[in-house]
Order: sequence, then C-alpha cells, then structure tokens
Amino acid sequence: MNTVVDRSIDIGEFIAQPDDDMLICRCEEITKGEIRKAVHDGMWTLTEIRRYLRTGMGLCQGQTCSRLVKGIVARELGVSPAELEPATARSPMRPTEMRIFGTEEV
Amino acid sequence: MVMENKADVVIVGAGIIGCAISYYLSKRGKSVIVLEGSDNIGNGGSSRNGGGVRQSGRDPRELPLAMYGIKELWPTLSEELGVNCEYHKEGNLRLGKTPEHLKILQGLTDRAVACGLDVRMIDSDEVKEINPYLSDEVIGASWCPTDGHANPMVTTLAFYKKAREMGVRFITGEKVERLRKVKGRLRKVYTKENEYEGEFVVVAAGYESREILGTIGVDVPMHKELCECLVTEAEPHMFNQMLGTAEADFYGHQADHGSFVFGGMSGLELNNKDCGPVNSPSNAAITAPCICRGIMKYFPALEDAKIVRTWAGYLDICQDGVPVLGFVDEVPGLVVACAFSGHGFGIAPAVGEQLAMLIDEGKTAVDISGLRYGRFKAKI
Repeated sequence: MNTVVDRSIDIGEFIAQPDDDMLICRCEEITKGEIRKAVHDGMWTLTEIRRYLRTGMGLCQGQTCSRLVKGIVARELGVSPAELEPATARSPMRPTEMRIFGTEEV
Repeated sequence: MVMENKADVVIVGAGIIGCAISYYLSKRGKSVIVLEGSDNIGNGGSSRNGGGVRQSGRDPRELPLAMYGIKELWPTLSEELGVNCEYHKEGNLRLGKTPEHLKILQGLTDRAVACGLDVRMIDSDEVKEINPYLSDEVIGASWCPTDGHANPMVTTLAFYKKAREMGVRFITGEKVERLRKVKGRLRKVYTKENEYEGEFVVVAAGYESREILGTIGVDVPMHKELCECLVTEAEPHMFNQMLGTAEADFYGHQADHGSFVFGGMSGLELNNKDCGPVNSPSNAAITAPCICRGIMKYFPALEDAKIVRTWAGYLDICQDGVPVLGFVDEVPGLVVACAFSGHGFGIAPAVGEQLAMLIDEGKTAVDISGLRYGRFKAKI
C-alpha cells in the first residue's frame, strides 16, 4: 500500500465497551478489548497487531479470526476495513510434523 | 503536512535500532521524528530474527556492547517499556557431536574468555543436566550462563509504543530517497513528497541504509543474505536456554508461549533463485526442511512437533561481520547504525542507549571505536 501515515494523529481515548472480554482469536485467546487497546498503543496495521498480540498466530493461522480482527481495528481507527492490508499468509498451509516437513519432497 | 517537519534528531528506519535510539533520545529530552519506508514498524530483521540475546560467539569489537546490554539494560527492559519482552537470561548452549565440533567450540570459547566473558566448555553429562531433551550423540558444548533470548517482535514494538507515548513522531510509508548537507553539515532528509530537518540524522535502515547513505557519498560495505525461521505449535514447556550448534545447523529457543522458534540457512542462499521475487524476503522451498533436519539431529524428541509457520528475512552482512556505528568524519551531523550482520537484536537496547548518549554528549560509555565507518581499508 505504502501510504504516508503519521502515527501521532489523535484517534481519541480508549473507551471500555461491555463486550471487551469477548474472545476474538480463539487459538491464542485474545479478546476484543486487548485488540482495541493495542490500536491505542500505536499498533495500526494488522501485521503489527499480530506481532504484538499473537492474533492469528495459533494453530489456525488466522483463518478464523482475521476478518473479525480487521473489522475491530478499522472501527477503532475510523477507516474502512478495505484500507487495511491483511497480514502475510505463511507456509505451510496446514500444521505439519517436523519429520514430514524435513523431507525434500514437501 | 500540518505539523512542523523539524526535530532535534531525524531517524531513518523504524526497526528495533531506530525505535530504541528514539526512545533513549526522548528520555534525554530530545525531539525526534522517525521515518519508516514500509507500512509497518519493525518490518525487517527486527521482527524476523530468532530472538537471541547473546555474548558468546561475538566478535571482540562488539562484545562490550553485548555485555553492557545484558548487564545494564535487558534485566529491567520489560518494566521500563511497560510490555513483557519475554526476556530469559538462562544461558546459551552451543552443541557439538564430533571432536571437530569441539575444536570449533573451544576456539570460540577461548576468544570469548580472553575478552572477559564467563563461558566454558562442558562435557555430555553436564549438557544433559542442563538440557535433558538433547540427543545422546551430543558429546559436549560451550556454555555461557548469562546469555539468553527475548521476543523480538514484541520488544521492537515495545520500544515504539513507549517512544510514541513520550512524544516521538513516527511516520510510516515514508520512504527516504536522499539526504542533503546544508553548509557542510547533514541536516535534510527528503522523501517522495516531504522534507524533514534535524540537527542530527541517524540512518538505521538495515540493508537499505546503503542506498540512502550513498546519496551523501558514504558507502557501507555490506550485502544482504536471506535467513529463515520456523515456529512450531505450542508444546509443553521443556527448557529455557538459547541453543546453537558448532556447525550452525540451526539456532533457537522455546518461547514463553510454548512454541519453538528455530532459524537457519540452507547454505545455498547466495545463488539460490527459488525464493520469490527479488527484494522480497520470501522462503525458499529447501530451507525450512533443512532446518528441520538440523533440529532433529539434536532433538529427536521434536520430530512430531508441528510446524505452523515459516518466514524469511534479510541479514545486512557487513564486509567484516560487525556493525557500523557512530559518527562519520566526512559528514558532520550523521550517525550511522547499520550492517548488524545478524547480531542486531540482542545489542539493540545497548546500541540505542549508547548512540543517544553519543548524540547528546558527544561520547559513549561503552567502547565502540572498533565499529567506526572509517575502519575499512584496502588490504595493501
């Protein structure tokens, strides 16, 4: 994307919401409130959120929660979800045992 | 832009080095602007390395920085930044399986002991006592009890978070195109659409520093090399040491989360074309399997652990294998911090603190004279 973003722009205060304890990333057990707080800590991209909180880094690799996380971050920043780049998908496609991954054929 | 584009210091690059320098400068009351070319903070080696916080195996020229950081900064870093950086100071084992391996390890150990580091050779019984999960084929290791590891992604973002809270202005997606002197002193930094100005300009942009510094006639002799990592699903807790081997088959540790993070190389990086588009750090098909085989040679118990993710990153390898740090005689106002050669993460807090001191007071407490830009000379 590469657009110039000044990370000091005021996005307002963090205001607690009644459903902040709702689990969003089930693999890593990260809540909506934690994701919203991370945005106020300065994590404005999905890649930063993931590296800061581990959302989408568990067994399912974000296949369940990445859309939800995107929506929450976009709302917090006041932008359209379409403006947020998804985090990079990484191989392997499915969790693979080391003894299998270690063969050249994979 | 509405805001003033002037600050005491303009830093090019928001990796862990740029973020750490900005934090320590801000603590000293300096105003700082950090310019990051990519959309993400810490998107290069800072988020892609294996998390080692080591002194053993380091060159004597950078060892003082590594030792200083581990003694003075790492133990209280999580508290200071308000984020758990998952730092463990529980030792580094470098493993050997053959007499040749032990010879390599002995050489590394002798050099480090000469520099005053507490590192020694241990036999297989002692290795087993420290880490009972290793293969019986391990016949010895070098052991440095004050080495360790931390979470590189979180530590990088923790420096950013704290610096931002303290008023450092970070601008992402703002790729620096050139630098310019004004009346003999480096002051100006130009991006595609904007112009920034500082009393000092720090260039800490990894390998990309080379092109940026080239615009004022400074050329750091470095090249980039692809290095790859993999991570397993969370496993029951086994050990807290940082691990490596005499032949560098792999390096890594078990994270607080339970997953094992291991890094390594295939050995064919310089010529292998199978790693995606040029200038994009993508995995090569052969490397993660190679790292897996390396791990299983030493940790047969991990053969059923599932790999959930792999990634790649570039090392900015200096001609002589150690970073280039500090002032440059030819360009007053410039501070260089690049060519970390794969050793940047562990020394980042010390580099940040010492370069902030250099900018503020004109001197450092730790000797970094062996890391100056002026050290490169033709052999005859």
